[in-house]
Amino acid sequence: MRAPSILRTQAYRIVLVYVAVFAVSVTALIAFTYWNTKRALDAQTDQIIEAEITGLSEQYQQLGLRGLADVVISRSAHGGPGLYLLANRYKQPIVGNLDAWPPNGERPSSFVDFDYQRRVENQLETREARGRVFALPGGFFLLVAQDVHERYLTERLFTTTLPWTVGLVLLLGLIGGALMSRNMLVRLEQINRTTTEIIDGDLSRRVAVSDAHDEFDALAENLNAMLDRIERLMKGVREVTDSVAHDLRTPLNRLRNRLESTLRHMTPANDQANPANDQAPEIEAAVAETDQLITTFNALLLIAEADAGVTRGEMAPIDLAPIAEDMAELYAPLAEEKGVTLKIAPAGATMIDGNRSLISQALANLVDNAIKYTPAGGTVTVTASETPMGVELRVADTGPGIPNGERARVVERFVRLEASRNSPGTGLGLSLVAAVARLHDAKLLLDDNQPGLRAVIRFPRPAPRVR
Amino acid sequence: MRILVVEDDLEAQRYLVNGLKEAGHVVDDAADGETGLTLALSRPYDVAVIDRMLPKLDGLKVVADMREHGNTTPVLFLSALSEVDDRVKGLKAGGDDYLTKPYAFVELLARIDALMRRRSPQAVKTKLQVGDLELDLLTRTAQRAGAAIDLQPREFRLLEYLMRHASQVVTRTMLLESVWEYHFDPQTNVIDVHISRLRAKIDKGFDTALLHTVRGAGYMIRAARPAA
Repeated sequence: MRAPSILRTQAYRIVLVYVAVFAVSVTALIAFTYWNTKRALDAQTDQIIEAEITGLSEQYQQLGLRGLADVVISRSAHGGPGLYLLANRYKQPIVGNLDAWPPNGERPSSFVDFDYQRRVENQLETREARGRVFALPGGFFLLVAQDVHERYLTERLFTTTLPWTVGLVLLLGLIGGALMSRNMLVRLEQINRTTTEIIDGDLSRRVAVSDAHDEFDALAENLNAMLDRIERLMKGVREVTDSVAHDLRTPLNRLRNRLESTLRHMTPANDQANPANDQAPEIEAAVAETDQLITTFNALLLIAEADAGVTRGEMAPIDLAPIAEDMAELYAPLAEEKGVTLKIAPAGATMIDGNRSLISQALANLVDNAIKYTPAGGTVTVTASETPMGVELRVADTGPGIPNGERARVVERFVRLEASRNSPGTGLGLSLVAAVARLHDAKLLLDDNQPGLRAVIRFPRPAPRVR
Repeated sequence: MRILVVEDDLEAQRYLVNGLKEAGHVVDDAADGETGLTLALSRPYDVAVIDRMLPKLDGLKVVADMREHGNTTPVLFLSALSEVDDRVKGLKAGGDDYLTKPYAFVELLARIDALMRRRSPQAVKTKLQVGDLELDLLTRTAQRAGAAIDLQPREFRLLEYLMRHASQVVTRTMLLESVWEYHFDPQTNVIDVHISRLRAKIDKGFDTALLHTVRGAGYMIRAARPAA
């Protein structure tokens, strides 16, 4: 099983969504703070302006225009943020530290934001200001304003850094997310590795549990509990098949013993005239039936074991080519007697991990079937070869074959049994081959040989051995 | 011949002992592993037939202990267990042959005979002879009544095995195991076809047949007896 890329993990997707939500939140928070601060600072500026206007209007009432002008002159000389301009009805400056009346300062009583020019260290500088126009009785206008250039710069700083801040939040979030997902992935990978080993047949493996007592440990503990239970069940299956085998074979053995003993005492010691000896063929038939019973029983037991995944056969590195040659040699006279040509075509490396007895039995069944169903003049070809898909044992014949729709069913357990119940043999031949294939993690494939049947047992390549 | 039978299924034991006695053997019996081991170590036997699963001491352990004590009596295991790797285990533990229950008595008898034959010291033979049939193991040639017989390598091995066990019943599974070195149950009469080919080569054209079919058991090669 291939480890998924970090970017495709569920953890990373969750982090991605979270980072997006977080980035939006951060932007909103900064925007709110910015807006709130600006409002508060504006209010502060406005208050200062209000207070000055109140003060100056009092001066005007008490001292008249001349007095007001004096105060404006003295305040203008301070050089602070305060800006003042006294103008006539034509908005022409009389006194103050502004050179010109702002173009948008037409309406009295309203606040205006405007730019003005000021000499700083012999340089003319355009700066921002906010002020209020106050109409004096007698047609004069007074503009009281505050320099907000510093505040304006601060605000600019705010708006230019905002995208960077959000970008940084996103970047850190994504890196953090990747690290977090990787951490989770490592733990999941441990669990996956263990389960893969178990699927490969090592039921004694268990998932490692850490001391963290987190949700992964809970999962690992549950998996382990499940595995304990499966192992118990498997052991149970093995014990059941063992005891069924034992408990059924023992009475069958006695039955056969009795029949044989009876038979021995009738023939040939006793003479043929003995009327009891008429029963001999019947008893011989009963012995044959018993043998048939045990053959079927053995095949069923093997199939059951294969289905339960109970591998008990000893697996060792074996070469398929000599087995194929031996089986072809063993069955050659039988084929010749039937007028069928039996060919052997081994090719390439054919080493696998397997059980020699079981594989030879399976191959013998296939060859036997092929010879049985191929008419005289036909050909049966046995091949052991390595293909890109795995190591294969192939038995191809030129007989009638199996119709396409039936092929899958034929390998299924009991379907074949049902169909062949009245034909000679156990009727479990192909099911047994399929069971042997399953025990070896191999596949039994039935194909059209055009004409005929091509049966292939495809073994996985043996795992490279550590020396 | 003296045979030790260790079998806990008393009915099976009775049939086994009776059958072996009828075949002319002297038989001692035991129903558990401990008694069996004591007997095996205290008296000389030509063959021991031991059940794989025994009370008190497992069959495998009995044989392992026998071998540890330097006892080389040939052992034939009987087992009611699934065959697939039990056979290998049995042979690894020091057993010489292995038979799964239920077995045919003739099969058991034939295998016991083969084990005894293996044990009795044989001079290293370069020639086997049955009647007027001769097999030269050095030149790998066969001849009957002076006429050369052309044999395929496998036919030679088949004939060699039969002649080494001359006058003994040899079963089909014994032939598959010894001549082809495979252990499985051939569903059809493959071995019979090989035998009939061999028979055509050695018996055809001669008045007396040497290769005989033993009904319900297997085959036997023997010189023609005047009375038979």
